[in-house]
Amino acid sequence: MALPKNVFMFGKSKALEHKIDEFLDRLSESALLFDLAIKSYLSDGYSEDFAAKRKDVNDNESAADVLRREIESQLYSQTLIPESRGDVLGLIETLDDVLNLCESSLWAFDIEKPKIPDEHHALFKELTEMVVQSVEALARSSRAFFRDFDRVTYHNHKVMFYETEADKVSTKLKRQIFASKLDLAHKMHLRFFVESIDNIADWSEDVADRLAIYALKRSV
Amino acid sequence: MEAGVLIFLTSGLFLGWALGANDAANVFGTAVGTRMVRFSTAAIICSIFIIIGAVWGGAGAASTLGKLGAVNALPGAFMAAFSAALSVYLMTKAGLPVSTSQAIVGGIIGWNLFSGTLTDATTLTKIISTWVLCPVLAAIFGAAIFKVTVKLMRLAKIHLIRVDAYTRLGLIVAGAFGSYSLGANNIANVMGVFVSSSPFDDISIGGFFTLSSMQQLFLIGAIAIAVGVFTYSKRVMMTVGNDLLPLSPVGAWVAVVSHSIVLFLFASEGLKYALESNGLPSIPLVPVSSSQAVVGAVLGIALVQGGRGFRWRVFGSISLGWIVTPVIACAICFVGLFFLQNVFKQQTFRDAPHILSNDVLDRIAKEGVSESALGAIKGQRYDNAVALDQALTKIGKYSTRDREKIMEFSRRAPIMIDQKFFTKLNRGPLSPERLESVYQLNGRYYPYEWMFRDDLSKSSRSWRKKGDERYNQMLKQDLQFLIRLFRAK
Repeated sequence: MALPKNVFMFGKSKALEHKIDEFLDRLSESALLFDLAIKSYLSDGYSEDFAAKRKDVNDNESAADVLRREIESQLYSQTLIPESRGDVLGLIETLDDVLNLCESSLWAFDIEKPKIPDEHHALFKELTEMVVQSVEALARSSRAFFRDFDRVTYHNHKVMFYETEADKVSTKLKRQIFASKLDLAHKMHLRFFVESIDNIADWSEDVADRLAIYALKRSV
Repeated sequence: MEAGVLIFLTSGLFLGWALGANDAANVFGTAVGTRMVRFSTAAIICSIFIIIGAVWGGAGAASTLGKLGAVNALPGAFMAAFSAALSVYLMTKAGLPVSTSQAIVGGIIGWNLFSGTLTDATTLTKIISTWVLCPVLAAIFGAAIFKVTVKLMRLAKIHLIRVDAYTRLGLIVAGAFGSYSLGANNIANVMGVFVSSSPFDDISIGGFFTLSSMQQLFLIGAIAIAVGVFTYSKRVMMTVGNDLLPLSPVGAWVAVVSHSIVLFLFASEGLKYALESNGLPSIPLVPVSSSQAVVGAVLGIALVQGGRGFRWRVFGSISLGWIVTPVIACAICFVGLFFLQNVFKQQTFRDAPHILSNDVLDRIAKEGVSESALGAIKGQRYDNAVALDQALTKIGKYSTRDREKIMEFSRRAPIMIDQKFFTKLNRGPLSPERLESVYQLNGRYYPYEWMFRDDLSKSSRSWRKKGDERYNQMLKQDLQFLIRLFRAK
């Protein structure tokens, strides 16, 4: 009969909750690993430590992909949260894109091994910190969407703040690079890395904007 | 049971089917429409609880309808239910919101007019004021429950996914409660008119509990409602889900709970007695419209949210339905009874003459009606209640209470305690003490019901009223069982 299945769904929904929480854990963990990897690269250049961190982010991304697919299929096969299913799927997919950007940026460091002169290290570090802060705020905002949607605005405000700061630092860093005596090819190479890092914060802001609308929909 | 009896019951069964097809959506509509609950789950739960509600909780609202007009012949009851079913059908075709509760009241009044039975103005006023009260009360419950639920959910910070699981369970539980209330409150619409002319005898099941004649009728009616739920309600559920205001599943839950509480309040004898025994004002037990309760609840939720997006026109058309539906049903019933009586030669009502014999006058005097006032009507015979009412109006010196007493005690409805019914009597719900006192009256004949009642209470203490409302209600049911059994044909 149909009834017991519905009643026992509490177990299944608990499992799904865990999957969503784990997905968000992967996201914030990847942001922290990204920070460590960049700092390692800046201090030691391409090293085993960097490669290990890059691999960790990679593994995190793959695990997050598996979680995303499981969440999506469970939401649809069990017709859960019919009124906000689309929003949750949209959120999970765009969050996954943030993870992908972290991963692809580290891959670019791994493959292209850019030479970053010491005078730019401080701004690179600052940029990475701002970016990581924005991703972390986004993860907190996403958690709030599931449990305490009144707090989404509060965390979103932080995402916006760090994204703006990241933009300021990236502009400053690009000016510094192009004012230096490096050859043009080198300057352009470095600009690509500045943008690949800054991009993560930009994308986080886009996700936060969506999240604001989802939360508004839920509050009505 | 004779085939003829079954034919006369069909109009009630049809009305039940229509009720199941339409009103199950008020209970499970949004849950199924949004696919939170599967239709099969909803239909099974809905049917089971409608049957339980109808059989165990249906008596209260049915007795109020009985007071409005006790349709005392099966063909008459057939026409009352048929006119209600036909008006429901016509109104639905015309796209107007319709309620079986309002249709059946029209049908009963039609029968009253045709048979010369007096329509009890107090009961009618009570019923109509309840119709207005029902959506208003539902709106108040809807608004309050919604506010509290939203507040609690914000405080509890439950995960979105878990809220979903809780809501599903909540929708199922609220749906079960709603189905019970729907069965208890609305079975009177479907089978209420057949109660006075019920073809069934009370049966005792294994000596543990008795299924009264009325409960058997209600069981059949509830099964007809369940058939309506299974065969047709899915379509209605899929379309009405978001008709009034797009609701979130939590909002839908609030609407179902508010609707169910209101229907329960207007059907629960237990609650009524509890209020009365504590000296609180009680709630009249009246069949109300399930659809209008839902509309009221949704309106309440909409108002809490600032009144946005609510389709106000629906509310206007509901008040139109309060007037149009009973008038149409009344007209159809009156014309239908005329044909049934004169073309098909069916007895649509039993004569209930009023004869003011000396015994009657003595008894009325005991009730506190002044004897001097009774002189003018002494020894008179009136063919029906309307004729007596007109005579009393002409004399013009009686208070409403006096008139009610005169009506009640002068109605001639002979009872013969005949031994041949004793086997059926033994199968009934009576306690050994009460049974013994009935045996002692073997062979007696009573031209009036009150004589029989008085004799019973004289013969045994067990037939006397007590201070306990619930006990008195059971006593009344036992008495009605005897009166049905021994009514002289």
